[in-house]
Amino acid sequence: MNLPLTIKETREGLLKKKFSAVELVDEYLERIKKNSDLNAFLTLSSEIAYDKAKEVDKLVATGVSDNQYPLLGSALAHKDLFLTKGVRTTAASKVLESFVPQYSATVVQKYEAAGSIMIGKTNCDAWAHGASGENSDFGPTLNPWNKEYVPGGSSSGSAVSVAAGMSLLSTGTDTGGSIRQPANFCGVVGLKPTYGAVSRYGIIAMASSLDTVGCFARTVEDVEKMFIVTKGEDGFDSTVKNVESPRPRDVLKIGIPKEYFAEGLDKEVEKSILEVIEVLKKEGIEFIEISLPSTKYAIPVYYIIQPAEVSSNLERYDGIRYGNSRDYFGAEAKRRIMLGTYALSAGYYDAYYLKAQKVRSKLKEDFDKVFEKVDAIIAPVSPTSAFKLREKTSDPLQMYLADIYTCPANLAGIPGLAIPSGFNKKGMPLGFQLLGPRFSESTLFSLGKMYQEVTSYVPSLAII
Amino acid sequence: MAKLTKADVLHVAKLAKLNLTEPEIDKFLPQLSSIIDFVGQLDQVDTEDIEPTAQVTGLSNVFRDGEADLSKCLSQDEVLSGTDKVYNGLFKVPAILEGRTDK
Repeated sequence: MNLPLTIKETREGLLKKKFSAVELVDEYLERIKKNSDLNAFLTLSSEIAYDKAKEVDKLVATGVSDNQYPLLGSALAHKDLFLTKGVRTTAASKVLESFVPQYSATVVQKYEAAGSIMIGKTNCDAWAHGASGENSDFGPTLNPWNKEYVPGGSSSGSAVSVAAGMSLLSTGTDTGGSIRQPANFCGVVGLKPTYGAVSRYGIIAMASSLDTVGCFARTVEDVEKMFIVTKGEDGFDSTVKNVESPRPRDVLKIGIPKEYFAEGLDKEVEKSILEVIEVLKKEGIEFIEISLPSTKYAIPVYYIIQPAEVSSNLERYDGIRYGNSRDYFGAEAKRRIMLGTYALSAGYYDAYYLKAQKVRSKLKEDFDKVFEKVDAIIAPVSPTSAFKLREKTSDPLQMYLADIYTCPANLAGIPGLAIPSGFNKKGMPLGFQLLGPRFSESTLFSLGKMYQEVTSYVPSLAII
Repeated sequence: MAKLTKADVLHVAKLAKLNLTEPEIDKFLPQLSSIIDFVGQLDQVDTEDIEPTAQVTGLSNVFRDGEADLSKCLSQDEVLSGTDKVYNGLFKVPAILEGRTDK
């Protein structure tokens, strides 16, 4: 079967009877089986997938109008942080090795109502702690472009699933870069929405003032469709707000942050982004240099606030009502719980957590000021393209430093869209991200679609 | 900032209800020390008159009526389905009080 690469191709193929939804599920499950060495999936939901596929095929037979079921027949993989009723959900931790949720997350329900087909649950860094996928208690996920490399993390399996054609779409969470960075390392599109744009109800919490729920696909158009399906208040997550997108300028203006294009940025990554800038300039987009002076404090602020909130959110895992005891936490979860507990403990709260929250205000203000002058920011996603397995596992601090271009967006609560821009000499994917003011996703989508359109972007699968 | 000691690690582990082995303590102590040293650089930032940020979209308290909506509740069976340590429809928990020894 010629695998459909987008939501539109899937829908058209189904409606024109080129393939059935059941055949699609056959194909995806076969590809997952064939590529099981990538370790992208922790649990498959084959039975549910076939039931849903039959339902989709019935819908197709009886007729579907254009505005119904925007994700009709789209095979979807959920990061194993998303509660799925009746389907094991582990957070890639041995603590939840046999946990089966009694209800589904809001977004899981919304995706289902939109006509998509859940195919399984993807591997990730345990509790979403990591930037390489190597912190999973069920073994690392491998990069499908070259198995000696990491796929990025924490939403490692979700990025790999889309990159290798094991699902059409997938979901992720982004607390400090966990969608954008694996999207970047695997050559797919990844969206981190504005804080409070998408409900987190039923998603295992990491750091509650930073957590966002987003998605992966092969085109910006598809990620936009997924965002539209999932956004909005649900009455369960009280941080969600329905906000109209701010209106962009008539001539769009993009800022280039000088602090991001500095020492430490890989030359090939930089060159690729400069080429993207040239492409967009030809389309009439204006670029100006901007400054985000507090950038150097982003990592220390993030590695106080995030572990503090992690330690609080992981308190509930006591092994009494469900799951195993706290002895089952892996090394990285233990490190973060201890760091956070330390930062919140008597005598240290003011010096660490409160101080970090104050510096966070400065970081947020940097962005707010810049967005008075520009509609968006263009930036690298990670200082380098994908690195090799085990390259950074012995020194956690080195791994943390790689979050430098991603975690500021979480601290400021702004959206970020990671888009592929080619490959480096080693054949590993390159890319960039667009950041915008809070709730400006539609502007980022317009820019991203423009880029993919003028470059005649055709998604390629890592594994044929 | 103060240097992290083994006693600090043990204290924090106790607060967080984590049982650490000796090799774990040996591994975590230098790792946590270097991270705490690193984040300690925030010391240098002038934050006088700056308000802390805990919420970025400007929401304050969001209220709803305190009415029970049973359609949004899990059944007792569902709630208990995650464990086999159940007694009379209740969770069985480890004892925190011990029997009296003075009788």
